[in-house]
Amino acid sequence: MIRFENICRDFKVGDEVVHALKDVNQHIEIGEYASIMGPSGSGKSTLLNVLGLLDTPDSGRYWLNGRDVSQLADDDLAATRQEIIGFVFQSFHLIQRMTALENVELPMVLARVAPAERRDRAHQMLSKTGLEDRMNHRPDQLSGGQRQRVAIARSIVMEPKVLLADEPTGNLDTQSGKEVLDILEGLHADGLTLILVTHDPVIGQRSHLHLRMIDGVIQAERRHQQRRPEDDSHAPV
Amino acid sequence: MRLFDRNQMAMTAVVRYPLRSSMLLVAIAIGVAAVLVLTSLGEGARLYVTSQFNSLGTHLLFVMPGKNEVGGLGGMAGSLGGSPRPFTLADVRALGRSPYIDTTTPMVMGGANINYQGLERDIGVLGTTHTMQRLFEYEMESGRFLPELDLDNASPVCVIGDTIARELFGNAEPVGKWVRMGDRRVRVVGALAQGGQSGGHDLDEAVFVPIAFAMQMYNRESVMRMMVEVTSDEAMVKAKKDVQDIIRARHFGHDDITIMDQGTILNTFNKIFLVLTSTLGGIAAISLAVAGTLIMNVMLVAVSQRTAEIGLLKALGARRSQIIGLFLTEAIMLSLLGAIVGVLVGYAAIEFLRYVYPLVDFQAPDWAVVAAVLTAVASGLLFGIMPARHAADLDPVEALAGN
Ligand SMILES: Nc1ncnc2c1ncn2[C@@H]1O[C@H](COP(=O)(O)OP(=O)(O)OP(=O)(O)O)[C@@H](O)[C@H]1O
Ligand SMILES: [Mg+2]
Repeated sequence: MIRFENICRDFKVGDEVVHALKDVNQHIEIGEYASIMGPSGSGKSTLLNVLGLLDTPDSGRYWLNGRDVSQLADDDLAATRQEIIGFVFQSFHLIQRMTALENVELPMVLARVAPAERRDRAHQMLSKTGLEDRMNHRPDQLSGGQRQRVAIARSIVMEPKVLLADEPTGNLDTQSGKEVLDILEGLHADGLTLILVTHDPVIGQRSHLHLRMIDGVIQAERRHQQRRPEDDSHAPV
Repeated sequence: MRLFDRNQMAMTAVVRYPLRSSMLLVAIAIGVAAVLVLTSLGEGARLYVTSQFNSLGTHLLFVMPGKNEVGGLGGMAGSLGGSPRPFTLADVRALGRSPYIDTTTPMVMGGANINYQGLERDIGVLGTTHTMQRLFEYEMESGRFLPELDLDNASPVCVIGDTIARELFGNAEPVGKWVRMGDRRVRVVGALAQGGQSGGHDLDEAVFVPIAFAMQMYNRESVMRMMVEVTSDEAMVKAKKDVQDIIRARHFGHDDITIMDQGTILNTFNKIFLVLTSTLGGIAAISLAVAGTLIMNVMLVAVSQRTAEIGLLKALGARRSQIIGLFLTEAIMLSLLGAIVGVLVGYAAIEFLRYVYPLVDFQAPDWAVVAAVLTAVASGLLFGIMPARHAADLDPVEALAGN
C-alpha cells in the first residue's frame, strides 16, 4: 500500500540545511493502524506531509497504492489526494464562514459531486461522527471536540483509503480527545488505513504498527499482530 | 467544481469581508458612475444641439457661395473660402423657378447701432425676407413679421427682439415707433416674443430688416447665403440638383457653391460630439483602471488572509485551475457588483442633472453603459489574475501553516 524507499527531505533555513527526513524506508500495509511518535522536531509532520502528498521528497521513491508518486505534477498530486487520502489536522482547519454541513460538503464540491448526493453523504458522515444535531452550526458555535469530529467527517466523505492525522487530539481535552480517538479507531475497524502522529503513549500502545522517530530517522518499529483484546473497547460508531 | 458552487463560494467570501468588499465596490462604482455621468454630459449637449437644428424643419437646404470640399462646418461661415462669385438677388429669384423649391430666403448679417429717443445700443442686424418666419415659426409679441415685399424693395421697416424692445421702449408699445439705425430712420412693425431661439441665433437680441435695406445699409451687391425650402422630403435630391444647375448656368459654368442639408450639418455635429463624449468617457474609464489596481491589492490581501483556507483546499484535492477560478470569480464578482452599483448611482446622478437643467436631455449613451460595465469586469479579471495565480502557487504545507 505505502512504500518509502530512501526518502529524504531537507529544509534550508538561511545558510543551514535541516535534514527533516534522512533516508527513510518504510512499508505500511492496507488496513494498518500506524502511530508515529517522537520528540518535537524529529520529522513526524514532515513524514506525514510526504505521505499525504502535500510535500514532495527531495530524493527517494514513494509508492502509493501500487503507483510511483514521487514524480507527479501538482494537479496529479491533487487528484491522488482527492482519491486516496483524507487529512485530519491538529487545528481542525474548518472554514469559519461555512456550517458543519458545508464544511463536510467541501471536498465533494471540489470533486463536482451533485448537490443532492453531496448533502446525503455529508449528512451520513456527520451522523457517523455523532453530530446529527449540529449540522447547521458554524465552527465557532461548536466545541473543540465537535469541530474535530466535523473535520473527521470531512476527511472520510470522499471514502479515502488512507486517513492521516497529525496530532488530532493535540488541541483537545482528555475526554473529547478520547471521543475523537474512538471515532478514528472505529473507522480503522471498518477497514480504513489509519496513520496517526501523536504524543500520547496510550495510542502508541493501541496501534498495530508503532514507529518511533528521532532526528529524521525511524528509529524503532514495533508491530502488534493483533490489537490487544483489552484495548478493543471502543464502541463501533 | 460546478459553476454554481464556485459562484456561491466566491459570493460567501464577498459577503464575509464586508469592509473590504464595500471599499472595492465604492471604487469601482465611482469609476462606472463617472463614465455614465460624463458621457451623459456630452450626449446631452449633442441632443441639445440636434434638437435646435431639428427646429429648422426637415426639408431645408443651406446654400453658400464658394466650394467647400469638406462640406462640413467651415461652409457655415459663408464666404470664408473667398467666393469668386457671390449670390445676387437675381440668383435668389432664379431659384424660385425650380418646381421643387417653395421659398428661397436670402440672408445678410451685420451689426448696427439702434437709437430711440436717446436710448441706444449695438445690435445684430439680419437682412432677410418675410419667408424667414415660415422657416422658423417665430412667435410675435405684437405687430407682425417683415411684410411681403419685392426682393429689391428697401422699405425702412424692422422687427425687433424682445430684449431690444424692452431696453428701448420699456413697457410702451414699440410697434409703429420710428427708431434710428445707423443714419437711417426705420419704423418698427413687429416685436418678437421672448425666448425665441433657433438656428443658433438669439432672437431676443436680433433686429430683422428687409434684405434690400440691409444690402443698402452695408453697401453690398450680394447676399451671404440662402435658405431654400424644398417642397417635400422626397424632392430634396432634385431640389439640390436644381439649385446646382441654376446657379451653374448663372455663374458661367462654375460650380462654386456649397449646398448643405440638415443631415450633413447634423452629421458634422454628431461627429464632433461623439469625439467629445468618448473623450470624456475615456477619461472616466481611467478611474476604472485605477480601481483595477485596487482590485489587485485587495485580492492579494484576501489571498494572504486566507492562506490556511487555500492550503486546506489543496489538501482536499483542489486543482490549480480551481483555486485560480475561485479567486478570479471573487474579483469579477466584486467588480460586477461595483459596476451594477455604479450604473445605479450614475443613473441617479443623471436624473439629478436633468432635474437641475431641464432644458438639456442628459442621457448616458447605451454604448457607454455597456463599455463601463465591461471595462469594470475586464479590470476585475485582468487585475484578479495575478493574486489568483499567487494563491494557486502557494505551497500546501506552508499555506496550511498559515504562512
Ligand atoms: N518549512 C520548513 N522550513 C524549515 N524547516 C522546517 C520546515 N518544516 C519543518 N522544518 C524543520 O524540520 C524538522 C522536522 O520538523 P517537523 O515539523 O516534521 O517536526 P515534528 O516531529 O512534527 O515536530 P512537532 O512534534 O513539534 O510537531 C524540524 O527541525 C523543523 O524545524
Ligand atoms: Mg509536527
